[in-house]
Amino acid sequence: MPAAEAPRKAPREPIVQVRNVVKEFGPLRVLDGVGFDVAPGQVAAIVGRSGSGKSTLLRCIAGLETVQGGSISVCGHDVGRPGSAARAQLRRDVGMVFQSYNLFPHLTVERNITLALTLVKKQSRDQANAKAAEVLSLVGLTDKRTAYPEQLSGGQQQRVAIARSLALQPQVMLFDEVTSALDPELTAEVLAVMEDLARRGMTMITVTHEMGFARRVADLVVFMHEGKVWEIGPTAELFASPKTAEFSQFVASEL
Amino acid sequence: MSYQFDFSFLADRWPDFVAGAWLTVQLTVVSIALGLAVGTVCALIRVYGARWMKAPVGVYVELIRNTPLLVQIFIVYFGLSSLGLKLSAEVSAVIALVVNMGAYTTEIMRAGIQSIQRTQLEAADCLGLTRLQTIVHVVLLPAMERVYPALSSQFVLLMLASSITSQISAEELTATANLVQSDTYRSFEVYIVVALVYLALSFLYRFGFWLIGLVLFARKRKLGTAL
Amino acid sequence: MIQLNANHFIYLLQAATWTLLLSLIAFAGGSIVGLAVALLRVSRVRALRALSSGYIQLIQGTPLLIILFLSYFGLGILGYKLVPIVAAGLSLTFYAAAFLGEIWRGCIEAVPKTQWEASDCLGLNRFQQYAYVVLPQAVKLAIPPTVGFMVQIVKNTSLASVIGFVELARAGQIINNSTFEPFVIFTVVAAIYFALCYPLSLAARALERKAHAGR
Repeated sequence: MPAAEAPRKAPREPIVQVRNVVKEFGPLRVLDGVGFDVAPGQVAAIVGRSGSGKSTLLRCIAGLETVQGGSISVCGHDVGRPGSAARAQLRRDVGMVFQSYNLFPHLTVERNITLALTLVKKQSRDQANAKAAEVLSLVGLTDKRTAYPEQLSGGQQQRVAIARSLALQPQVMLFDEVTSALDPELTAEVLAVMEDLARRGMTMITVTHEMGFARRVADLVVFMHEGKVWEIGPTAELFASPKTAEFSQFVASEL
Repeated sequence: MSYQFDFSFLADRWPDFVAGAWLTVQLTVVSIALGLAVGTVCALIRVYGARWMKAPVGVYVELIRNTPLLVQIFIVYFGLSSLGLKLSAEVSAVIALVVNMGAYTTEIMRAGIQSIQRTQLEAADCLGLTRLQTIVHVVLLPAMERVYPALSSQFVLLMLASSITSQISAEELTATANLVQSDTYRSFEVYIVVALVYLALSFLYRFGFWLIGLVLFARKRKLGTAL
Repeated sequence: MIQLNANHFIYLLQAATWTLLLSLIAFAGGSIVGLAVALLRVSRVRALRALSSGYIQLIQGTPLLIILFLSYFGLGILGYKLVPIVAAGLSLTFYAAAFLGEIWRGCIEAVPKTQWEASDCLGLNRFQQYAYVVLPQAVKLAIPPTVGFMVQIVKNTSLASVIGFVELARAGQIINNSTFEPFVIFTVVAAIYFALCYPLSLAARALERKAHAGR
């Protein structure tokens, strides 16, 4: 095949590398030798039943958990080891969005977004406010600038949380079941924002229950089962011909 | 009952009461500010500190909360001076009040800090905030907002309790009253006046803390709801 | 200078029994008046609520020390001999009543409205509602903070020393006047207070934990 023009999402040097990761909570082994790669611009969906370790995996990638074995590298930073100096660097390159939004309840929407810009990136308030306006328009919430989190619907709060992460201009965005706490109609507005992000070429890893979203948006699907990567592959391929009984059962149950 | 109330001493002694009240305000504002600082640091240690730091803070809080302020004041003023550390009555008063206030504030602020969910810390961590930045911007302010009613009651209680420092003749309102009382022999009337001045001060303090709360907690000012 | 000896300790322990007695008087008196304050505070009659609330504001806005002076000199004016234990007992009673009243009001109000409605539907009158439905539930909520407040009462009895009532703190001062070892003496005095108060604090905390666990 002539290499004149590579397809947009052809595997390049991976931006996220997970190698043989082991994570234990006491005697419980939650991740048992997990590994996969995500290339820049790719959207990876991690799916699986609850308790399969998928959220723990994402938290390890975000550097929120320390791992007992293996390695995780994100944007060239070594993650997952306690006291890693790369942690601070990692924060600049990776954004995380939580299931429970985790907005700061005592701050306005705008201040939620500008807090890290002024404290971490040392931007002026004006600069930061301009950036906040930019990302708020991206998620369609320009008019909620001065509102407080409790005045917003769950979907709106989650969009603010996404905007808050985006403002720091991360290279990779992590989404941890971001629509699980939302009603269906609110889920749609959050997924729309995420799809829009994917179209703009953001590298994303999302733990999700939304199979429709995974099929539509993800380039790569990682099926987790019993702390292991049970199946992995390009989305269309994987859904068309599951190799394991567990995955076909899972897909069937989610439909 | 044929008692004749006589408040005529007020005609030329009222400036004493004003001066005494002002001294009490100075004494207690300093003690509240320092006590809040001590209590906040101790509360942070109690929640986030290493085990070897938590234990002494726990002992401090229990010792102070289970002994009378009067005895604490005596230990600081008479006790320390007998050990060779001579402190003025006013300095001793401030030290005793700060130590006392710090212990109560520790417990109040601890409850506030514990009410901040771990996920808030994770969110701040993911945004790249340092530990100190997280504590200041994400933990302390909302924690304080949550316990502000308890905190301001404690501040008012401390203001009232500062009257006890009159027992070592620290210069404040009650000591002033004791002086006027011994000059005029109108004990009952003098203490009625002083009670009213304290009552006025306690309302003033409550109003002041309410105002400070408005300035400090913008969200509360706008929405009026509890955090 | 007189050395600190066993007699001094015996004297302190005797004084501590006066501290305990005064605490009991204050708690008993404070409970009776405090219950009235609490019930008035949740009364349906506006004027009674205002009266009770005014009382609480007044007492909670005045230092206990001044309340002690007022009852001491006030009783003197009324022609009664200046008996410190009466003045101290009265002061602490009125003081404790304001705080206990406020604590118990909170407990009564914490009983869900639906309990009132349900008992109303069963035809219970106001008194029966209190006696059989609301107060039994409120008492359960009230026990931990009430035990906690007993610590405050014990500590506050030390202020009775200022009107010449010889309890623990005053006894410490008296011994100090002859021995001039304030650090040792007041530390011992503090230790005795601690021995009286700490078990109460622990009990209050344990009760609170139990109440939370039960919910």
